[in-house]
Amino acid sequence: MLGEGILKGMAETAKNFFGSYVSKERLTTVEYPEERIPTVEAARVFPFLVYDGADWEAGLRCVACQICEKECPPKCIYIDKSKDKKPDYVGKQQFYPTRFDIDISVCMSCQICVEVCPFEAIKMDTEFELATDDRFGGLLYDRKQLARSNEYYHSIHPTEASEVDARLGQEKAKVEAKAKAASEAAAAKAAAPTPPAPPPGGGS
Amino acid sequence: MNVVFYLLAALTIGGGLAAVLLKHLVHCALATTVAFAGLALLFLQLDAQFAGFAQILVYIGAVAILIVFAILLTRGSELPKDGVFSRTWFVGLVIAAGVFAVLAWAVLQSVRAVPQQTAVPAVTVHDIGNALVGRYVLPLEIVALLLTAATIGAVIVAMHEKERPR
Amino acid sequence: MATSPFFTNLDQIFILLRNWLVDFLPAALRPTAGVVLEVIAIVCIFPGLFALTTVFERKGLGRIQNRLGPNRVGPYGLFQPIADGIKSLTKEDIVPFSANMVVHFLAPLSLVVAVFMEFAVLPMGRNMVLVDLDAGLLYFFSMSAATELSVFMAGWSSRNKYSLLGAMRAVAQMISYEVVLLLSSVSVVMIAGSLSLTNIVAAQDSYTGIFPHWYIFTPWGLAGFVMYAIAATAETNRSPFDLPEGESELVAGYHTEYSGFKFALFFLGEYLAMFSISGLGTTLFLGGWSAPFSFLTFIPSWIWFFSKVMLSIFVFIWMRGTLPRLRQDQLMNFAWKFCLPYTLLNLIVTALWHFMGEGWMRWVVCTAILAAVYVFMGRVEMRSEHFGPRRYRYAE
Repeated sequence: MLGEGILKGMAETAKNFFGSYVSKERLTTVEYPEERIPTVEAARVFPFLVYDGADWEAGLRCVACQICEKECPPKCIYIDKSKDKKPDYVGKQQFYPTRFDIDISVCMSCQICVEVCPFEAIKMDTEFELATDDRFGGLLYDRKQLARSNEYYHSIHPTEASEVDARLGQEKAKVEAKAKAASEAAAAKAAAPTPPAPPPGGGS
Repeated sequence: MNVVFYLLAALTIGGGLAAVLLKHLVHCALATTVAFAGLALLFLQLDAQFAGFAQILVYIGAVAILIVFAILLTRGSELPKDGVFSRTWFVGLVIAAGVFAVLAWAVLQSVRAVPQQTAVPAVTVHDIGNALVGRYVLPLEIVALLLTAATIGAVIVAMHEKERPR
Repeated sequence: MATSPFFTNLDQIFILLRNWLVDFLPAALRPTAGVVLEVIAIVCIFPGLFALTTVFERKGLGRIQNRLGPNRVGPYGLFQPIADGIKSLTKEDIVPFSANMVVHFLAPLSLVVAVFMEFAVLPMGRNMVLVDLDAGLLYFFSMSAATELSVFMAGWSSRNKYSLLGAMRAVAQMISYEVVLLLSSVSVVMIAGSLSLTNIVAAQDSYTGIFPHWYIFTPWGLAGFVMYAIAATAETNRSPFDLPEGESELVAGYHTEYSGFKFALFFLGEYLAMFSISGLGTTLFLGGWSAPFSFLTFIPSWIWFFSKVMLSIFVFIWMRGTLPRLRQDQLMNFAWKFCLPYTLLNLIVTALWHFMGEGWMRWVVCTAILAAVYVFMGRVEMRSEHFGPRRYRYAE
């Protein structure tokens, strides 16, 4: 009958109107910035540098291999390699970056730098409220601004971080085992009585 | 209230003069509308409520819109090249003055026939309605017939052409 | 019906207030001062209602569309119209260079003036009408006809294709639906026997038992009210008939080139036209200021009038949130091919109602005729032969 569709439509909108006061599914507005939708775990915005331990400079995982700088499509990473070395998480001496700048106005969040990093040093952050009124320098993040602790990494990407930690732990364990075996072999070699000359005052 | 009458008369005459003297055609149509409004107010000043409101409803609400639609759909708003007045404007003025003289004589004769001091009869819409279907029913029906003929003519003019065989 | 003096005074409180204020002046000035006070009251109340309606519309539409409306400016967003008002008053008034200055300036003014004049004959309560004209209904419709010309002036003077197109469409729509509006009111005039709105309300102010004699509760009144409501929605360019001003269709139609205060005047004019047409619909079909049940007559009459008007406005907002926009040719087809014949039939049925005399027979006969024709015409309109390949008139 003519007009039936209109009446059905009006009933539906009336249901929406009154339902929006009682049920959440009929009023899906999230009143930002007082309320926020929690971000999913795989969210990514801009990169950050991971450091282990308490001191960001000493624990920074980045060894300035510059692979991410070369792979970055819009070339927004600027790295200066250091001249000296410092020990990394397994104790090996590595270079470190004296300058590591990311221009987040250029960064397109493609995550290629994260995918190619062999040292699990650069990961994607989820923070997006980064507006600033400093047009020229405010969007160029340097090393200190980019460094975040491993605990922070755990808090934003728990599964990823645990998986990374597990892998790094395995590597460390392998290296330690190798070092232990090497030192045992060296100790065994030193303790084996091969030289004919008698020790001067009793071996030790 | 003579002051009111002179003001309204000035408005009406001004509207009419503007309608012939302005250059832009749509401005002329709008000035004609002002003249219609002045006429309606004159009717209202004479306590003829029905006539005044019907004047606004019909003339300003329909006839004026018809005029502007006609202007826009035919010539558009280009200004004419040779000026607005025809070359025989003096003869037109003489003829218009002659018509005005005849009408003014007729009106003044009828005014002299009616004594000035009688009270204005209160004509309600009820009386107009009674007269329309009582005494003046034949003109009413003829006007209705005319309107029907006009409507049918409009429909025929605007009707879709028969589909041509493809 | 014995009502206590308290409620009678409450009912007439505005009249008493006006008389008290006017008594401060010398006797010669009193009538003029009374009228001036009433005009001031109308000019203050209805724009105030307009401000409130803009907020309720935005919040209502928001809730219908599963979102909140404005809720930042004041509690629940109720101060939003103040913010909107300040914004529109402080915006730069841009007039296009090739626009007709005089007509461009006069268009919003004449619209608002014509719409304000419509309020002069609405009876807003017992004894509360600004001017009790003998031809009140005719006055109302003539003012509403004057608004059409302002719409055309606005569209044409902007020298903008979209404005002119929007104005032409708006005027065509308004004159088509004005015929339906007028004819559906004529049936009320036939039964009430007067064009004066106070007489029409007085004719509806009686009760059988507890039920009122409103005209909407009669078959011809219901059909007439439905036609009136459709025509009123189209007269005020309101969804689903808002093609002339649809933002997604025509930029903003005839008020594209208006900014700042002039645009606010157009907006004001449109909403005030909504109020006055709802007020007229209330007066003609819903009993004006009379109470819905006979035991509720102690509530003041002006409360009933304004509640009914606000209810109509709420229904307007509801329709806006529900229906998609009608295309221009669908709209015109609907007016001339469905609404007008049905309204003419309604006139005939009203006459039948009057001449059949009191009794249950006339209810049955009139309802049967109206319902049968409605269903039949609905079937005719909704047949699907309309939906075939499009035929062009000039392009083939």
